[in-house]
Amino acid sequence: MIRVVVPWHLRTLARIGSEVELDVDGPATQRSILDALEAGYPMLQGTIRDHVTQKRRPFVRFFACGLDLSHELPDAPLPDAVATGTAPFLIVGAMAGG
Amino acid sequence: MSGVRVLVGTRKGAFVLTADGKRDRWEVSGPHFAGWEIYHVKGSPADPNRLYASQSSGWFGQIIQRSDDGGTTWEQVGNKFAYDGVPGTHQWYDGTPHPWEFARVWHLEPSLTDPDSVYAGVEDAALFRSVDGGMIWAELPGLREHGSGPLWQPGAGGMCLHTILIDPSNPDRIFIAISAAGAFRTDDGGKTWRPINNGLRSEQIPDPAAEVGHCVHRIAMHPSRPSVLFMQKHWDVMRSDDAGESWREVSGNLPTDFGFPIDVHAHEPDTVYVVPIKSDSEHFVPDAKLRVYRSRTGGNEWEALTNGLPQNDCYVNVLRDAMAVDALDSCGVYFGTTGGQVYASADAGEHWAPIVRDLPAVLSVEVQTLP
Repeated sequence: MIRVVVPWHLRTLARIGSEVELDVDGPATQRSILDALEAGYPMLQGTIRDHVTQKRRPFVRFFACGLDLSHELPDAPLPDAVATGTAPFLIVGAMAGG
Repeated sequence: MSGVRVLVGTRKGAFVLTADGKRDRWEVSGPHFAGWEIYHVKGSPADPNRLYASQSSGWFGQIIQRSDDGGTTWEQVGNKFAYDGVPGTHQWYDGTPHPWEFARVWHLEPSLTDPDSVYAGVEDAALFRSVDGGMIWAELPGLREHGSGPLWQPGAGGMCLHTILIDPSNPDRIFIAISAAGAFRTDDGGKTWRPINNGLRSEQIPDPAAEVGHCVHRIAMHPSRPSVLFMQKHWDVMRSDDAGESWREVSGNLPTDFGFPIDVHAHEPDTVYVVPIKSDSEHFVPDAKLRVYRSRTGGNEWEALTNGLPQNDCYVNVLRDAMAVDALDSCGVYFGTTGGQVYASADAGEHWAPIVRDLPAVLSVEVQTLP
């Protein structure tokens, strides 16, 4: 079971709490986690990754285990602590604005 | 008694304002979609309980919401706006080619007859349509691909398709406007398009009379006379009497002919409203006075309407989609400001009062006249 922390605005869209638990097929990667998240909550399609390019939106960040994983490749394995559910995978709205 | 429902989009959510036909006591609901930019909310003329809302965020992209109960509850519908084929390039601010990239939906225009059919004008400029209540969106690519697209360039606010007018006497005829490309018309339901900018002059572009490149801010028509169009351009208020084939300036005695919204009285096709703004460099009202200007002669002769509006120390703007009229007798006129006020006049502009004063910056105002 993988734990995913979702930012406020996406919680309101998906009508969920701050953290969801997901069963992910295969290795835990950004792509597999986001695929599982969007399958469970289709209203989040297009909000984290662009519908067409499937690239991370510019002001969305992925953190885990104190690391910024936003620039890792989508199929790169995530830390074991994420894969085992010890640590959550954080989807974060970047600090931006003023 | 009949009533009105005012649909307000703001920088931080949507608000629904309702009143009976007297229009003197208002109920305010919202914010809906708190924290999101709501570029536009509009109801179906065929079913006033069917509303569509464009909800967007710089962080999380575009969402479309639909209501079937007049805005009490909402359902998220489709948000995939994919250009048809390989979209090519338009000009970037520096004149270099730039790929078409979807940013947001600026304007939603429901069909006049079918609640499930709705058009969406988007940035980067293109026209989409849904025929299933907003679940699936398909581009009408004939506009973007008609030929002049590679010459289009964004205005300061982005290269947005912000105006969609459906001819009530001929649903195959649609007018649209793009900043900063100009006005365009289809006569075959959106398959083919052509620019309709003859007569526009824009000193801010290399050829002031170019076929495309004009920063049209808004177009309005009266449904009883769809071949007569009124336009607020970047500078100049314009009029066409031949469905956009040619335009002439009707700025007349306005204190400044820069501005964003323009609208037409519900029962008087030659009564037109604008809100002059000081300049393209200073986006606030001139002389610190908020004045709506009304022409009862189809342009050229304008009178200031000030009763109830702030006449000192006022520095707000009124954006292109932020003015609307109701169809009651007498006609109500409504507009929202970047300062968060929504003003209403129940007597065609003679007297004004704020419905609400302290909303987030207002992006759009639409009005439904309810049975």
